[in-house]
Amino acid sequence: MLRRTFLGMLGATCVGASLPAGAEAAGKEFKGYPGSKGVLFDATRCIGCRKCEAACNKVNKLPKPEKSFDDLAVLDTKRRTDAKTHTVVNKYGTPEHPVFRKSQCNHCLEPACASACFVKAFNKLPNGAVVYDESVCVGCRYCMVACPFEIPTYEYDEPLTPRVMKCDMCAPRQAKGQLPGCVAECPKEALIFGTRDELIKIARERIRRNPDRYVDHLYGEDEMGGTSWLYISGVPFNKIGMREDLGTKSAPELTAGALAAVPMVAGLWPVLLGGIYAVTKRNSKVADEERKEAVESAIAKASSEAEKTLSEALEKADVANKRQIEVEVKKAVEDALKPVEPEESAESGEAENSEKEES
Amino acid sequence: MSTPANNGPKSAFNTFNLVAGAILLVGLVLTVLRFTQGIGPVTNLDDNNPWGLWIGFDLLCGVALAAGGYTTSAACYIFGLKRFHSAVRPAILTAFLGYALVVFALQYDLGRPWRLPYPIFVSQGTTSLLFEVGLCVMLYLTVLFVEFTPAMFEWLGWKKIRKVVVKLTLVLTIFGVVLSTLHQSSLGALYTIAPSKLHPLWYSTYMPLYFFVSSIAAGMSMVIFEGSMSHKKLHRMMDEEYLKHHDGVVFGFGKAAALVLFGYFFIKMMGVAYDNNWHYLVSGYGLLFLTEMLGFVALPCFLYGVGVRDRNLSLIKKASIITVLGIVFNRFNVSMVAFNYHLPSSERYFPSMMEIGISVFIVTLGVVIFRFITTRMPIFFEHPDYKGDH
Ligand code: SF4
Ligand code: SF4
Repeated sequence: MLRRTFLGMLGATCVGASLPAGAEAAGKEFKGYPGSKGVLFDATRCIGCRKCEAACNKVNKLPKPEKSFDDLAVLDTKRRTDAKTHTVVNKYGTPEHPVFRKSQCNHCLEPACASACFVKAFNKLPNGAVVYDESVCVGCRYCMVACPFEIPTYEYDEPLTPRVMKCDMCAPRQAKGQLPGCVAECPKEALIFGTRDELIKIARERIRRNPDRYVDHLYGEDEMGGTSWLYISGVPFNKIGMREDLGTKSAPELTAGALAAVPMVAGLWPVLLGGIYAVTKRNSKVADEERKEAVESAIAKASSEAEKTLSEALEKADVANKRQIEVEVKKAVEDALKPVEPEESAESGEAENSEKEES
Repeated sequence: MSTPANNGPKSAFNTFNLVAGAILLVGLVLTVLRFTQGIGPVTNLDDNNPWGLWIGFDLLCGVALAAGGYTTSAACYIFGLKRFHSAVRPAILTAFLGYALVVFALQYDLGRPWRLPYPIFVSQGTTSLLFEVGLCVMLYLTVLFVEFTPAMFEWLGWKKIRKVVVKLTLVLTIFGVVLSTLHQSSLGALYTIAPSKLHPLWYSTYMPLYFFVSSIAAGMSMVIFEGSMSHKKLHRMMDEEYLKHHDGVVFGFGKAAALVLFGYFFIKMMGVAYDNNWHYLVSGYGLLFLTEMLGFVALPCFLYGVGVRDRNLSLIKKASIITVLGIVFNRFNVSMVAFNYHLPSSERYFPSMMEIGISVFIVTLGVVIFRFITTRMPIFFEHPDYKGDH
């Protein structure tokens, strides 16, 4: 009974774990849902006005910040998203030539956060948005460990119902046909909303037309398997706080190997271990039998020798001495038989000794 | 409920109880704080460093150091090394307590701990390596509990059910090894998703293998280490059978640990070569890596080897302590020191006093429970009613 339940559950593990591994193999070709939306950020157009931050704060009904969004002095310190801020604009470059970059969830095509979450609290919607469902979140924060862009944040001060917080590309607004808050507010059109395919074309076109203005790279096209947010810039991306060493492998690809090994281990190990057990059992059985035989033959030898001595002695001795000799020979036989169980007697002796020593 | 000779310490107010009691008291206060104020006020965790000491020590080290359970029972029941038999019960008990405490400690770190069963019963995120860890740990904890019950049933005198469980030994052992292989390696695999955050000297696609192999060395070293600790402190609870085999177990495990450490050193170096990371060795992190590899892998490997060759018990015990420390060092490096290495030092993580306090509290709790059980149940001795019945 017990055994079968365990086997069943283990089987479930294998199947459960092997399915996504298979799905991932196909997922390597995954280039996003057709027609899914995204946003193109053009760092050459952004003026660091923080209007997008303010809009995001408003549409997501986030708590008011200490300093107002008109205060541009905050740009002088590097900030990151937190539980009350889904997007931040940071200032880079020199004071004469500042470059601004907005950061928020990049809505990866194959999100690391979703792949890491063990309760499927993250979902990539067909419209491109990666959304979070707090109703199942356990609060392990593996999503935060996994996200290469350091985006998800946590309500650490919330004792009972802490949530993971991040931009959802205004999925609810999109559903109503509205633009994401930040895009709608941007006065400089540094943000463009559209299908990802269109955005890629627009970005390419801009780079092609103004090769002096842009570096020749569309950030987000391939990074970490591709993201729905795309970036073009006039300065190298690592100069505006974006990592260029992330590679093009998506998160599921990174973990596919480890996941694929699971059914192999679960399938092969029991067989191998069972085999080893069978061999060792057989060995010890053979050893046991051999020992038994050896003991038996030793006994046989000992008693036959003893008998021989007895009969020889009997022949020599006269009747009067017979009885006494018999007794003595019996003793000899007993002595001869004794070494048959040497372990026990030796052990108890040793144990006694050691006990004495220790006490 | 017959217990031989002896019934625990004479006075309840010895040093051990006083110190342990104080720690437990502080732990309770911290516990109240954690669950009324939230994670933020008691820890130094932040958005860049979502995992700290409670994952790095309580989970990663806890699980690795509890590996003695599966290594010992595999050696005894599967590889037929019957001389390790006396070490099985202490190892199983340690492993069971270890895992139970890992799960207990997790309650502090999780944002909504009461949802811990969710990944298995409500919404299965099967693409997650954490899902695999969770499932395996849950199953393995059950296996360990069942493996432990015979000692309890003997103490309670429930012969029939004990007999049933004893019959399952082999199946349970095989399950234990499978589940351990999976979750020990998955703990390493957890980090394969974050190549951009873990320093290249520690990041490798072979991390699952590294975690698995090092857990074997850790488990064996823990059996030696904990065996010699108990030998000092709980000698009165040990029977001849246990004592007679104790040295043999130490030599056997010492030899095996030497081999495993050697292999581990080798595959770690292969990982560096494979990713061509040699140039990182001449840096601060390189120094840290070399310290780990030479001081905590190569050195104990050598000491184990010499100790076994010269039949030098104390050398082997020293090697076991170094190995145990080495595992802790390695897990700390992966989860905290070399993790987020790209961040400026102002954004790096260092545990708060309260986090450390909770970890100390949990370890103490483990020791107290271990003492409670070993001074009552047949762990270091064979129950008189079941002599030679295995
Ligand atoms: S940027 Fe991070 S949080 Fe956003 S979808 Fe990608 S992995 Fe998830
Ligand atoms: S914290 Fe929540 S959303 Fe993030 S991985 Fe854990 S369960 Fe999933």
